[in-house]
Amino acid sequence: MAIRRGRGVAAINYPTGMNLGGDPTQALVHSTPTGNFMVTLSSVDLGQGMKQIMAQICAETIGVPTDRVVVDTADTDTGPHCMGTFASRGTHRAGNAVIQAAREARQVMLEVAAEELEVNASDLETDGQGNILVKGAPQRSISIFDVALSAHFKRGRSISGRGMFLIPRSYPEKETGAMKPSTCYAHACTVAEVEVDDETGEVTVLTVKNVFEIGRALNPKMVEQQLVGGSWMGISHALYETTEPYYPDRDHGGTDFNQYLMPGPGDLAQTEIIVLERPSADGPFGAKGPGEMCANPQIPAVANAVFDAVGVRIDTLPITPERILRALKAQASN
Amino acid sequence: MAKIPVQFTLNGAEKAEFIDGGTTLLNALRDKIGDTSPKGGCHQGTCGACSVIIDGELRLSCLTLAETCNGAAITTTSGLSQDGVLHPLQRAFLDAFATQCGFCTPGMIMAAKVLLDHTPDPSRDDVVEALSGNVCRCTGYEPIIQAVLTAARSNSQNAA
Repeated sequence: MAIRRGRGVAAINYPTGMNLGGDPTQALVHSTPTGNFMVTLSSVDLGQGMKQIMAQICAETIGVPTDRVVVDTADTDTGPHCMGTFASRGTHRAGNAVIQAAREARQVMLEVAAEELEVNASDLETDGQGNILVKGAPQRSISIFDVALSAHFKRGRSISGRGMFLIPRSYPEKETGAMKPSTCYAHACTVAEVEVDDETGEVTVLTVKNVFEIGRALNPKMVEQQLVGGSWMGISHALYETTEPYYPDRDHGGTDFNQYLMPGPGDLAQTEIIVLERPSADGPFGAKGPGEMCANPQIPAVANAVFDAVGVRIDTLPITPERILRALKAQASN
Repeated sequence: MAKIPVQFTLNGAEKAEFIDGGTTLLNALRDKIGDTSPKGGCHQGTCGACSVIIDGELRLSCLTLAETCNGAAITTTSGLSQDGVLHPLQRAFLDAFATQCGFCTPGMIMAAKVLLDHTPDPSRDDVVEALSGNVCRCTGYEPIIQAVLTAARSNSQNAA
């Protein structure tokens, strides 16, 4: 009986969003009378930071500071349609919709500014600080605040835009079953080192080294935050979490945090995160979905590391001490 | 059933309420007094989201009867900032991106505060031990551990 060490590697391709009826998300953008911009969505921020990212995307597209944008995700009854926040789709789907809506709003904004400055709208540009300037003659300018006031109280214009994202729906080919579930894929690779106690079946994850290719990181600190948490969650899925440990028999399922196990702060593996940015062709500013994706590669990497350590293939999750001991017993009797 | 009077200080302010016998401190704080910073996660003492500080000690408000808190001094996360300035722990949690959905955060901050009140210069193991009763779904804990260590350092710099 011994503590045995093993190392495993796994790589994944992960679709951003899915082919659920074209996987649509819509967005509306409008300015307030004082030139702040509202983004209205039904997409939900669960803490992953969607509001911040949508504010950045809207601000970048319209040409205002991020703090001039308010994102309202309050109500799925009254907001524009969204399939939901899942499948790593939020940034990509809602972001594309926000870009389209913000472009339309920006065009109206420039048209109103053009009337005020008596120039062509195509001769105008934004400075990113809340002003609209005549290209090549920046001394001729107007603040977006004044443009919004003019639109509301003088010109009778609505500085607003509509946006939507819909991928062509892909049906499986009858002969082969082949289909195109997504237009955008993120990638990841994990190397995990484990120790397995072949007497107790306990697995200790020593190190987890992850490389994530996530398109462009629109907010690098938030991407890092997501990836660190996701790497932990992948380990949790690999070794701990299950509602039905003897599926399809529902007995012994965890009913509370005493029984539904997750690694705590004392069970953390030494974790390394490397981000590769390869901007996607159809993502907002090149972004892909780093969310759900990032909790996947750790699972096969740990399974491979367990195999490397004690020579048994566990193909049912989570990889519990019981499953390892049963597999070791079966191996010994063969 | 007769109501029971209970009096304590919450974040330095006197509070007096009539409660039903058996009301947990968590429910009294959230539903009677309106301090929603302690969160009801599991209501059975396994997640730590409801943690508050009672007379200097970390307590689970979901397992504490409000009627046992007469005369106590209770601190919650909503009482930490002073004149609009965040407590060093709150600042450190923000700076370290140690919160995502935020549901565990008040409990984490309470646990960390009790640690730093007793152990101003904690080791990483001290922090891990102090947070071990609190469950987080989003962060993977490491950013939280780093935030607590950072807050401890900034406290010791302020004291120096």
